[in-house]
Amino acid sequence: MGAHEKDNEVSAATADHQPITPSTETDTSEQDDSAAGPIILFFIFGLVASLIVGWVVFPKLLYSRKQQPVAFNHVLHNELVDEGCESCHFFREDGSYSGVPKLAQCIDCHEEVNGEDPEEAKFVNEYVAKEREVPWLIYARQPDCVFFSHAAHVKLAQMDCETCHGDIGESESLRVYEENRISGYSRDIWGRSIAGFTRNPRDRMKMDVCAECHRTNNANQHSVQTHRGGCFVCHK
Amino acid sequence: MKVDRRSFLAFILGGAAGTALSPLPWKITDDISIWTQNWPWTPVPEKGEVSFLNSTCTLCPGGCGITVRKVGERVVKLEGMKGHPINDGGLCTLGLSGAQILYGPTRVKSPLKKVNGTWRKISWDAAIAEVVEKLSDLRSKALPHTVACISGSDRGTVPELFNRFLTVYGSPNFIRTASIQDSYELTLFLTQGVRAMAGFDLANADFVLSFGSGLIEGWGSPGYMFRAKSTLRENGGRMDQIEPRLSKTAAKSDKWISISPGTEGALALGLANVIIKEKLYNQEFIDRYSSGFEAHKKVVIDGFPPEIVSRITGVDAAAVAALAREFARAKRPLAICGRGQGDTGGSLQEFLAVHTLNALVGNINQPGGIVAVPEPDYISWPEIEMDKIASSGLQQERVDGAGSKAYPHARYLLSRLPEVINSSEDSPIQALFVAAANPMYAMPGSQNVAKAFEKIPYVVSFSSVMNETAVNADLILPNHMFLERHEDVPAARGFPKPIIGLARPVIGPLFDTRHSGDVIIQIAQELGGPVADAFPWESYDACLEETLADKWDTLVEEGYWYNAAFSAADWNSAFETESAKFEFTNRDIESLPRYNPLKARGDEAHYPLVLIPYDSMRLATGYMGSPPFLIKSVEDYILTANDVLVEVNPATANEYGLKDGKYAFLRTPKGDARVKVRVFDGIMPGLIAIPRGLGHTAFDQFLAGKGVNYNALIGPLEDPASGHDAAWGIRAKLSKA
Repeated sequence: MGAHEKDNEVSAATADHQPITPSTETDTSEQDDSAAGPIILFFIFGLVASLIVGWVVFPKLLYSRKQQPVAFNHVLHNELVDEGCESCHFFREDGSYSGVPKLAQCIDCHEEVNGEDPEEAKFVNEYVAKEREVPWLIYARQPDCVFFSHAAHVKLAQMDCETCHGDIGESESLRVYEENRISGYSRDIWGRSIAGFTRNPRDRMKMDVCAECHRTNNANQHSVQTHRGGCFVCHK
Repeated sequence: MKVDRRSFLAFILGGAAGTALSPLPWKITDDISIWTQNWPWTPVPEKGEVSFLNSTCTLCPGGCGITVRKVGERVVKLEGMKGHPINDGGLCTLGLSGAQILYGPTRVKSPLKKVNGTWRKISWDAAIAEVVEKLSDLRSKALPHTVACISGSDRGTVPELFNRFLTVYGSPNFIRTASIQDSYELTLFLTQGVRAMAGFDLANADFVLSFGSGLIEGWGSPGYMFRAKSTLRENGGRMDQIEPRLSKTAAKSDKWISISPGTEGALALGLANVIIKEKLYNQEFIDRYSSGFEAHKKVVIDGFPPEIVSRITGVDAAAVAALAREFARAKRPLAICGRGQGDTGGSLQEFLAVHTLNALVGNINQPGGIVAVPEPDYISWPEIEMDKIASSGLQQERVDGAGSKAYPHARYLLSRLPEVINSSEDSPIQALFVAAANPMYAMPGSQNVAKAFEKIPYVVSFSSVMNETAVNADLILPNHMFLERHEDVPAARGFPKPIIGLARPVIGPLFDTRHSGDVIIQIAQELGGPVADAFPWESYDACLEETLADKWDTLVEEGYWYNAAFSAADWNSAFETESAKFEFTNRDIESLPRYNPLKARGDEAHYPLVLIPYDSMRLATGYMGSPPFLIKSVEDYILTANDVLVEVNPATANEYGLKDGKYAFLRTPKGDARVKVRVFDGIMPGLIAIPRGLGHTAFDQFLAGKGVNYNALIGPLEDPASGHDAAWGIRAKLSKA
C-alpha cells in the first residue's frame, strides 16, 4: 500500500486548499479490490479471441482456394483403363515416375471431343488444340529440397498408392486446391488438421509421417547414396 | 466497466496464452522456414522425363560432339559426347556453359531495327522486305560489289550460302575472320601446292615443339588438343614451349624456353641451321621428295647461325643447338606455331620457317606429323547462272585487297578493311552482313573499327546474342542459337582427319528467331531473277539434307560423319607443286620479302615496354563472349571486381615503381586504360601481359565493363609477305596511377 501512503501524504499537504472527502478515498479502495473480476474477464476475452483466431480464422486466411483448370473424373477414367493408377501415372523406363500425365498421354483418346461434357470440350479446345500443357495444381507436390522416389516405395516396398494419396482414384471430381499463401505449397502437405493431427499416414505428408513409417518398418534409415543416417535419407 | 491499462494487459496476456495454445505460431514458423528454403525466385529445373540428345558444339571452330541432357523440355546440361573422334567425352568450359547462352539475357529475341538510336521490334516479313529493298536498290544502281559479308567461317552450308548469295548477287566481298588458318593454308599451298587444312597428329608425335601455341589454352580444337596432349604424355612424349610468358601450356611442358616476343621465326630458322649443318635432317625426304633445299640451306646457313639467332631471340646459342639436335633426333617430332588460341593471321615467313622444320625431319603427312587434310567437298550445288550486273560486280577488286597485285596470296584480309573504309570518302561498302562474327570487338584497333562501321550505311547482324557488332548494327536478324538449329560443322580446327559434325535442334526455338540459312534463301528468293534461281531450296533444312546426301543418315544416327580410315597422301602423291615435291622455296616464295622479325609498333623512347596478349580457357574470345559461368571461374589474379591485372616482371615493377595489386596507367600508341598490376616471375622483364576476352561493352551485366579489351590497345600490323595481321603486341608504357 505504499502508493496509498504517498497519496495520503499528498492529501495531507494539500488539505488546506483542497479538502478531500473520506468517501472518495473509500471508493478508490473498493474499486481496487473488485478489479480482479474484470481483469480475469479480459484475460478470458483475449484467450478466447486468440484461440478463435488461431484455430478458425488463421487457417482460413492462410490458404487460398483454387479450382483446378479442368474438371476431372477419376472413376470414369479408371473404368476405361486396364492397369489402374499406373495406366496414366506410370513409371518411365529409367525408373523415374511420370507424375501427373502430360498432354501427350491424354491426346491418345482426347484428340477430339468424345462426349458431351463441356469440361472435356474446354480441355480439348483450350489445351489439346493449342498444344498447351494443362497447369494442373498438384496436391502432393513436395518442396524441392525433398528427395522422394516413387519407385522405391511402389516397386520395392510394394506400397499402394492409397497409403499416401488416399482414395483419390475413387473421386468423381477434383477437390478445391488450397494453396498456402506463405510457402506456396498445397494444404495436403501439412494436412487438413491445422494442429497437424493424423489418423492415417495419408492425412499428412510432412517429414514426421515419413520418419514414423520408416521407423516402424525399419526401412532405409540411412541414405542409399551416402550411407549417412537421419536427414540424408530424404534431404540429399 | 472501464478499460484501463491493467485490463488491457490482461487481454494481451490472455491473447498470448491463447495464441500459444493455438497452432498459429508453430504453423507460421514452419511455413516461413519452408519459404526460406525454397525462394520462389530460385530457378528449379522442371521435373520431367530425362533425355539425352547428341549434337555438335559451334561455339568455337573445335567441332566437339556434345550430349545434351534435358529434363522435360528444359536443357539442363551439356556434356562431351562419349566416343566422339574429336573430344571423346571431354568438353571445355565454354561448351559446358552453352545452356547459359541459350537461356541467358543476351539473346536477341526477335528481329530488331534501329530507329533513331533505339531498337524497335519488327516482324520477320518487314525485316526481310527492308533488306530486299536495300539490296534491290544497290543492284539497280549497278553497285552490287558494295555489299560485303563478314563470316566466322567459309566452310559448311551456311557460310557457303552467304558466299553463293554474294556471288550471284554480284559481290566478291565475302570475308572470313582472321585466324592462323590464313597462314597455315597459305603455307601448305606455297610449299605443297595443295588447298588443304592443317591437321596435327599430336597424339602420335613424340616431341611437340610449340612456338607459342596455347595447346591447352584453346589453340586449334580444344577438345582434341587436350586429349591429344594427354595421349602424348601417356606415351612418354615430350613437349617444349617457346614463349615469353609462363603460360599454362608452358607450365605443363617439359621445357619452357623464354624468348623475345615476335622472334619465334628466327629461332625456327636457327634450329634449321643446326639441323642442316649437322646433317640431322631426313635424308630420304630431302633427296627424293623436296626441291629448293639448297637455296633454303644457303639462306639458313648464312643468315641464322645460333649466335645471330641468340642475339635476335635472347635464347642462348648452345640451347638453340641442343634443342635442334633433340628435335631432329626424336622419332616423330612436330613443330607447330600460331600464338595463343591462334586468332591472328600471323607472319607468313614465320609459319614457313616452322613448317620447313617439319619438312626437314620428314614429318609431313606422317603419323605424328602435320597433315594436309583435304577441304570438305560435299557441297556441290548447281552452277550459278549470272546476269550482267553480277558478272561486272564480280570483276571488281575485293574491297579488302585480297588476291590483288599487292596481296596476291591472301584469300581474306579482314584486318585491312577499317583502313580501307576510313581512308575513302564514301564507304566502299554500302551494306554489310555479319554472321557468326563479332568484328567490332575482336578486330585490332577498336577505335578505327568503330569509325569504319559508323561509315558503313547499312549493317545487318545475324547474331543470336547482343554482341558489340549487333549493338552497332542497323538491323538484327537473329539466328537460332546452336542448340535450336541444324547446321553442318565441317572439319575441326587442327584435327588431323576429315570429319563433319551435325549440330541439331535439341529444343525448339525459344524466341522469334530464324535460321540464317532460311533467311538468306528467303532474301534471295524475294530478290527474284537469277539470284532467286540460285536458291531453289524450299528451306535450309531441305538444302542441308540434300547437300549431305549419302552422309545424312550417318550424321543423324551418329551425330557425325568421320573418315577413320583416312590416311594422308603419301609423299609420292602429296605434293601438287610444279616439281611434284615439297618446295622449300620456289618462285612464289622467292618473291616474298625475306624473314625479318616484325617489330612492335610504337616509339621506344615514349613506350619503353612491350604489351603482349595471352589467352585463357576461362575467357571466350570468339563471337559469343564469356557466359557467367566462365567469368565466375576467372582467377582473381586476372580479374578482381571490374579491374584487369596486367603481369609484369618484379624487375620491371621495381624499375617503374609499380606495386603488386595497385592501380597503374597503361598507355600504348593506340589507347590507354586503367589497370591493376600483378608482379609475376613468369614473364620476361620489359613486357606487360594482358588477357584477351575482357573489356566487353555489350552482352550482359556479368560480362560488360569487366577489364579492358586488348584490341582497343593495339592496331593491326601488316605482314609484308601476305598482308594478314601479324601483330603480336605493341609498345607500351605503364606508370603508377
